Order: sequence, then structure tokens, then C-alpha cells
Amino acid sequence: MANTGTAEHTAQERSMAHLKHYFVSSDQQFDAAKLGMWLFLITEILLFSGMFVAYAVYRVWYPEVFAIASTELNPWLGGLNTVVLLASSLTVALAIHAAQTDKRRALVINLFITVLLAGVFMVVKYFEYTHKFHLGIFPGGNFAYAEMNQPIVPIFFSIYYVMTGIHGVHVLVGMGVLSWLGVRAIRGDFHSGYYTPVELSGLYWHLVDIIWIFLFPLLYLI
Amino acid sequence: MTEDIDRSEAAQARDAEEHSGHGDYITHAKSIRSWMFSVDHKRIGILYAVTAAIAFLAAGVFALLVRAELLIPGETFLSAQSYNQLFSLHGIVMVFGFIIPAIPGFLGNFLLPIHLGAKDVAFPRLNLFSYYLYLLGVILIIVAMVVGSVDTGWTFYTPYSARTGPAVLFLAMAVFIAGFASIFTGINFIVTVHKMRAPGMTWNRLPLFVWSIYSTSIVQVLATPVLGITVLLLFLERLLQIGIFDPALGGDPILFQHFFWFYSHPAVYIMILPGFGIISELIATFSRQRIYGYMAIALSSVAIAMLGFLVWGHHMFVSGQSVISSVIFSLITYLIGIPSGIKVFNWIATMYKGSISFKTPMLYALSFLVLFTIGGVTGIMVGVLAVDIHLHDTYYVVGHFHYVMMGGTVIALLGGLHYWWPKITGRMYNEVCGQIAAFLIFVGLNLTFFTQLVLGSRGMPRRYNDYLPEFTFLHQLSTIGSWIMGLGLFLVLGYLLVSLFRGKKAGANPWGGATLEWTHTGPRPDPHNFHRTPFVTRGPYEFDRIGITHTETAEADRDADPPDVVLNQDRT
Repeated sequence: MANTGTAEHTAQERSMAHLKHYFVSSDQQFDAAKLGMWLFLITEILLFSGMFVAYAVYRVWYPEVFAIASTELNPWLGGLNTVVLLASSLTVALAIHAAQTDKRRALVINLFITVLLAGVFMVVKYFEYTHKFHLGIFPGGNFAYAEMNQPIVPIFFSIYYVMTGIHGVHVLVGMGVLSWLGVRAIRGDFHSGYYTPVELSGLYWHLVDIIWIFLFPLLYLI
Repeated sequence: MTEDIDRSEAAQARDAEEHSGHGDYITHAKSIRSWMFSVDHKRIGILYAVTAAIAFLAAGVFALLVRAELLIPGETFLSAQSYNQLFSLHGIVMVFGFIIPAIPGFLGNFLLPIHLGAKDVAFPRLNLFSYYLYLLGVILIIVAMVVGSVDTGWTFYTPYSARTGPAVLFLAMAVFIAGFASIFTGINFIVTVHKMRAPGMTWNRLPLFVWSIYSTSIVQVLATPVLGITVLLLFLERLLQIGIFDPALGGDPILFQHFFWFYSHPAVYIMILPGFGIISELIATFSRQRIYGYMAIALSSVAIAMLGFLVWGHHMFVSGQSVISSVIFSLITYLIGIPSGIKVFNWIATMYKGSISFKTPMLYALSFLVLFTIGGVTGIMVGVLAVDIHLHDTYYVVGHFHYVMMGGTVIALLGGLHYWWPKITGRMYNEVCGQIAAFLIFVGLNLTFFTQLVLGSRGMPRRYNDYLPEFTFLHQLSTIGSWIMGLGLFLVLGYLLVSLFRGKKAGANPWGGATLEWTHTGPRPDPHNFHRTPFVTRGPYEFDRIGITHTETAEADRDADPPDVVLNQDRT
């Protein structure tokens, strides 16, 4: 009798181990974390908005230059990357669902696939970048591509590199965070009573995906 | 009335005795480590205070040097190049190292959770991380000073900033990093206000200081990312010549100005809004009156935060933006006068028929009313299109800005510092010295900056290290004013340091304040702020109820409800 009491006690303690002392309840802690994450995502959107404004300004001023310069981008590779990122958004959503329903194996597998897809995205990006460097398409002042030797074209590629570059940094950060979550998931840190980091990282990952969904048509297609 | 306060102090002392084994937030752990890695919002507040004070001292000395150079026409002891560097560093260190982080980082951190009845902010570790980002930003500014000259002014206008010395790289990095400190603090405070309030702490029972910090945080979260991307692009512009801002590569320097002011105009509200909050607290407490127009003051802060996003173009009237945008920006700029006016009139109405005591903090509050009004009115004047053409880039703008920043924010910060000094340190400062210093600062400030308004209206351009002979007298007055102000500020530094060691021990509520930090914590708060989570039954300025309410809660806590039961009732 006494034994079961202790066992129950420790089980309860374990499931409440995540609760910080300055919160009253698990719910309060979860709500606070989620609100904080949404605010952070707003700041991310504003960070990118500066670049979108720069894109819009130069596009309105030099539409024909943008039309010519964007033919240098490969829409098939961009499209492939879009599919890859969309798929990874699905797997991260499945990971959250798995965490909510105590399916540790499914959680680990889905996190793993997400990181893998993010890796594929970065590899494709790597080949796109190196191909352009090979042609002499460098950002701004170092631009040396003879076939497009006219003003403003370098600015298009500057904007391309800055936007996709900063987006790429976000993908890399996401890969780091999701891998770390994978390790914690294997350790058994997450269960239906506590999956805050999985949910928040999922939100972040969806944002990275959504930003790409805007970048792809703006840079590659129109 | 006094009896009630005394009674509450006695109850505080009882409470403190009960828990004397643990010590308060300063004495409970003493190692350096326990300070540098503390996640306690109060200790982080102190870390901010010390760092910001050093930044203020450094930037203040730069300003004194700039003023000293201007004592006599012609080049005296500074070369033109060092003069440019000094005023740039004065601006950059003051803005990014001191005035943006000072009040939210120091008083905001220290007070916000206590005002809400919470044990800490929502994300204590993120809070510590913000502090270190800010510290790193300050260190990078120092590195930039050491490695090379920065002579762009604090605005980093392109194309000059894309061409001048390489130290701009470090500065852009410093501003980027310090910006993230600001963003994370803002997120932390917004979530704390939304999610961490004690039971009974409804939105219309929040102290006005909390409302002001809340509005500030909204601006920090929404504006700072744009500064982040702007300086990042500037950084890349220098590093890779991406050509977005540099006209030589086809870029547009006006775009930089739009981006920069989209942040930096709201940023002046990041600087001034917390000051409004402090003034509300001071005026209510030292008039012993319920604040007049609580909701009007609270919501006018939010209104200023929102309107502040729509007026950035008034910095660019002569930069070549279209006439129609100038007219619209000018009109919206006038609108900001409305919520600001609402505040000032409500503060005056609060004092009406109050029993005002002229302690040092109240002297600062009264100075604020005068100085901020001058700052605000001159602000409206430079917002007038036609007038601005004449006044643009003159000392008039410098005078206006310093009336708002120094006469507004710094005066409010000094008032708040004196008001909460006993709560933070447990000691009283010397009241006579305090009053003398407040007087010196008020006189010095007016002498320094009112002359600059006159200089500017007569056509003295800003940022020059030399001037025509007819401006000599006014420049000398301004420099003498800066000495008087410096004297006052060093006096403050002196007697506050002395009070740390030799000051009279303060009681829990020396001013008879009615917010939770006075009524529900000891002379210095506990590590976790409250012995028991407070159950709030009244507004923050119901001075007639503090004695009674306190005993009520204290007795009720002791007798019946274990605190967690109270909490569960309210939260679930």
C-alpha cells in the first residue's frame, strides 16, 4: 500500500517536473509559452517584411529588369524545394499530434523525417547557389555575369541572396532545434501532459515554410 | 492615515521576522555567480541599472566634452574629426546603451512582476539572456570605438555610413544585437502582463506603470525587428556592396531613411512611455489622491504607441519624399498631441486638491510636467511642414529632442530612482541633497537646452564643431548649463552611493504608496517577492484603503486560506 503511494507520488512528480515554480499551473505555463512564441513569430514576420518592402520597391521601379533577371533562377529546383518544405510541415504537424497522444515512436520518426527534409532543402539550395557562383552571379558589388551586364540586375540578385539566405539561416536553426527535440523525445521528455517545446517549434517551422511559400513565386515565377 | 500606514509597516515587520532565516533578495545569496547568472527579475533589474548607469556616465561625459569644445568659436581642444566621433558616440551610447533599455530593463524588470503580484516574469531565463545580449551590444559599441572612428551620428544615414570607416560594421552589429535584447524583453513583459497577474489583479487594477511598460513592449516588439533588418542590410551593404541603399550601385538612400525612421520614431516612444508610467505613480502617491482619469491615462499610452507607428515621415520633410506624404505625416503628427495632452491634464487634475508633499521624487515629477510640455510643444512645431523647412537640422531639433529625452525620460527615471530607491536598496538617501540636486538639474537643463531652441530658430545648424561669432553668447550659456546639470547629476551619484552604506534604514512603505511593492513586500522584497500570493481587492491608488486592506489580507492569509487554495479558486 505504502509502496504504491510512493510510486504514484513519483509518477505524478515526474509528469509535473516541467512545471516552473513561478507558474501556478501547467496550463498557465503552456499558455504563456504559446503567447510568447506567437509574439516572436510576429517579430520574425516584421524582420522579413523589411526585405519584402525592398523587393516591392525595386520591382515597381524596374519591372523589366526583374523579369529578365529572374529567368536565371530555376523554377523546377525552387518548386522541388517548395514540395519538400510543405511535406516537412506535414511531418512536424504529425509529430505534434504524436506527442499529444503519447506515441513516442511516431514522434521521434516524424521529427527525424522533418530534419531530413530540411536537409534536402538545404542541399538543393547549395546546388542552386554554387551554380550561380560558378556563372559569376555574386551579390551586389562582386557581380560578374557577362550575359546580364546591365545596372540594377545585381540588386535583384542581392535581394535574392539576402532573402533566401536569411530564410536559409532560419531553416538551419530549425534543423538544430528539431534535432534537439528528437534527442529529448528519445529520452522520453514529452508526453500528453507536456509537449510545449514540440508545439512551439512546430509553429516556428510552419512560419519558415510560409515565408518560403511567398519567396518562391515572388523570386522564381513572376 | 499615518496610523494605518504604520500599522501596515508593523505587519510587514512581523512578516519579515517570520522569514528572516532566508534573507531578502540581496542577502539570500552573495556570490558573484549568484548575481551574474541570477534569473531573479530583481537582480537582473540591478544588472541593467549598473550597466545602463555606466553607459549614461560615459555618454554624459562625451556630451560635456562636445559642449566644452563649443565654448569658444573655432577649433579648440578637439579636432573636427574627434568632435564628429564624440557627438556620434554620445548619441549612439545614449540611445542604444542607456535610454532604450534603462527604464524597462531596470525599473520594469524590478517592478513589473511585483506590481502584478507575480513571483517572476513569464520567462526568467530569457530575461537573463536579454540582459547579456544588451551587454554584448554595449561591448561591441566600445569595440567599435577602439577599432576606428564612427562619425555618422546615431542615425547611420546612407550613403555616408556605407562609405566611412569600417567601425560602422561593429556598430551595426551592436545595434542588431541590442535590438534583440529589446525584442525579447518586450515579449517577456507582454506575456507576463497577460498571463502572470495575481488573483483579483484585473486590467483596471494594474498600476499605470504597468500600462506604460505594456505599451512600450508592444512598440518594442513591433518596431525593433525592422531596425534589425535595416542594420543587417546596412551591414551587408558595407560587406558585400549589395547596392540596396547605395546610390552609386543603383540603390536608394531614401529607402534607408524610411526603414530607419519606421523604427526610430516609434523608438522615441519606447524611450518616453515608461517615463509617463513613473510620473503617474509619483503624482498619485505624493498627492495622496486617486489618479484622475485612470483609464484615459492607461489607454492614451496605448494610443501613443499605435499612432507612433504612423508618423515616421515627419523626419523626412526635406529628404525628397512626395508632398502628399509630407502633408499626411504632418497631420498625423499633430494627433500625437492629443493623448499626450490628455496625460498632462490628468496629472494636473490628480494634484488638484491633493495633499501634495514636495519630496525629491515629486520635485522630479513637477519638473517633468514643465519640461515635457516644452518638449512636446516644440515637437508639434517641428511637425509643422512649413516651420520644419526652416528648423530642420538646426539646434532647435536638438533642443526639442533633449527636452523630451532628458527633460522627459531622464527626469522621470531620476524621479523613479529616488522613489523606489528605499525599496531596491532598503536605505533612504539624503533628502536635502536630493532636493538640491533636483533643483540644479532643472536649472542646468533649461539653461542648456532652451538656449539651443533659440540658437536653432536663428539658424545654427546641428552637428557643426564651429559657429559664427554672433552665436557665441548663447553657446556659452548652453555650455555653462551643461556644467550645472553635470554637477547636479554627479551630486546624485555621490549621495546615492553614500546612502548605500550610511543611509538610514528604510521601512517597507516610506512614502505611503498603495501599489503592491509597498503594501505587500518587506523593506527589500523576498527572493520570490511575496510570502504569500496577494489576493487583490482594490485599485492601485486607493490610498484611503491601504492600511485596512493590508491588514485584511494579512490577517486573512494568516488565518484561513492557504495561498494555493485561494489561487485555485480564482484560476480554475
